[in-house]
Amino acid sequence: MSWETVIGLEVHCQLGTRTKLFCGCPTGSFGQPANRFICPVCTGQPGVLPVLNRAAVELAFQAAMALECRLAERSVFARKNYFYPDLPKGYQVSQYELPFSRDGKLAIADKTVRIHRIHMEEDAGKLLHAIGSEELPYSLVDFNRAGVPLIEIVSEADMRTAEEAFDYLTNLKAVLQFGGISHCDMEKGELRCDANVSIRRPDAAFGTRVEIKNLNSFRAVRDAIVHEAARQAGVLEGGGTVVQETRLWDVAANRTEPMRSKEEAHDYRYFPEPDLVPLVAEEAWVARLRAGLPELPAARKARFMAEFGLSDYDSGVMTAERPLADYFERVVSVAGRPAAKAAANWVQSDFMARVKAEKADLAAVPVTPEMLAEVVTMVVSGKISGKAGKEVFARAWETGKKPAELVAELGLTQVSDEGELRAWVDAALDGNPKAAADVRAGKEAAIGSLVGAVMKLSRGKANPALVNRLIKEKLAS
Amino acid sequence: MSLGAEAVRKVARLARLKLSDAELTRFAGQMDRVLEHMADLAALDTEKVQPTAHALGLTNVLRPDVPAPETDRERILANAPEREGPYVKVPKVIE
Repeated sequence: MSWETVIGLEVHCQLGTRTKLFCGCPTGSFGQPANRFICPVCTGQPGVLPVLNRAAVELAFQAAMALECRLAERSVFARKNYFYPDLPKGYQVSQYELPFSRDGKLAIADKTVRIHRIHMEEDAGKLLHAIGSEELPYSLVDFNRAGVPLIEIVSEADMRTAEEAFDYLTNLKAVLQFGGISHCDMEKGELRCDANVSIRRPDAAFGTRVEIKNLNSFRAVRDAIVHEAARQAGVLEGGGTVVQETRLWDVAANRTEPMRSKEEAHDYRYFPEPDLVPLVAEEAWVARLRAGLPELPAARKARFMAEFGLSDYDSGVMTAERPLADYFERVVSVAGRPAAKAAANWVQSDFMARVKAEKADLAAVPVTPEMLAEVVTMVVSGKISGKAGKEVFARAWETGKKPAELVAELGLTQVSDEGELRAWVDAALDGNPKAAADVRAGKEAAIGSLVGAVMKLSRGKANPALVNRLIKEKLAS
Repeated sequence: MSLGAEAVRKVARLARLKLSDAELTRFAGQMDRVLEHMADLAALDTEKVQPTAHALGLTNVLRPDVPAPETDRERILANAPEREGPYVKVPKVIE
């Protein structure tokens, strides 16, 4: 009999604010010197008072709306008490009994995953145990991240395969990005995931779950779930029992390991944070935020299909990530809706190939949407050939020069003047009498070599569709 | 209701307080009296009373998302028992 894997995910997501949750320190500390963005509030100096960031609350509320959660009329912050060197105050300000939202859902390929709750909390600092590959005999603390605003999104244990978990994360990230809630850059720690995994016989009660941490990519989540489920099956089939514990994913060894420090049973002694007053989701405020929620991926995909005539597949690709959807939509707004399908093809082929090869940031690619629109327009209108378009695109990417300039510089303007084309056609027919005779004798396929000859004579500048017609006319007469 | 020395020892450890045996006994007694007072409150009918999370009647005290002037980090780091460069240095912790 087979085992069924049961998965629940806890996702921490950094809200896209300029400043921390309770103080005016900037949040953009990635790549900054250690302890650059710290102040008496986020380092817990005596006598300070936290004041809640309005933008963080608004983004958190919009996340709840985007995930179809119920907003609590009133929510309360709580102190989660524990000692760890990355936690300057000796407690983390979080929400416990009264989180700001509950009971949401997120659609994945074949099902809907329920969301148990979302709460707001502050991030901890960062510990450094090694410099490069050299292990330190002590630890170093950087509080730049301490107090950065997070939401924790807790799913129900509704996923049954590693693939479903992967889909959930992919769709969750898209919703958070499109909703303008978070940039979700995993490298910068803006999106983090822990997985709760257990196995059971189909229709049996849930098994004992293991929490897996240290999952640094969606792929790691998928791999870790597969391996952890197999490990648990091995334990159970060998007559053992699964122990409820926290394990770390070791990406190099491709397996989970128990956490080295046996944690004491957690006793966080939550209590309401006396320094922060309750948060009330006032009706008018909520209505305004709901009205201001940007278009979500599913809606945008449907719109691209309806407005631009894209296929389901193309529209899905164009809306996989917010920056790509924004880029594509900008191209279409310049090139015009009739060119949308061509624009989608360009974005998927030459453009994405470059972006992937160079791991380019979509917000700062050398070929702006306006430039790509220019290339698309020139190809669609027949000013340049598709092949010339590819060359212009490549050169534009390398030099940053305007496509129109490159076309002039490289002499790529497609020739559609019939007089000029006829001269080439005549020359091609003279040079290939056998092919010409074949076409005359009704061998349609032979026309290809004649068109090829014209293209060669014209150095690729001849308009192939016109050349085709002119050859047929000439040989029919 | 009695808390007992064991419970007090546990709470003290969670709060990183080092108590002598004499202190444990003394505090256990004091905490028992606090709990007795709580038991008095528990005797009241609070069915129709909303739980209080805060003593003030205020809600939604918020600030705009605007960066504040930078604090001199040296003044904050000066409070750390040990440091190394811009970091706070602590005994080895590893997960």
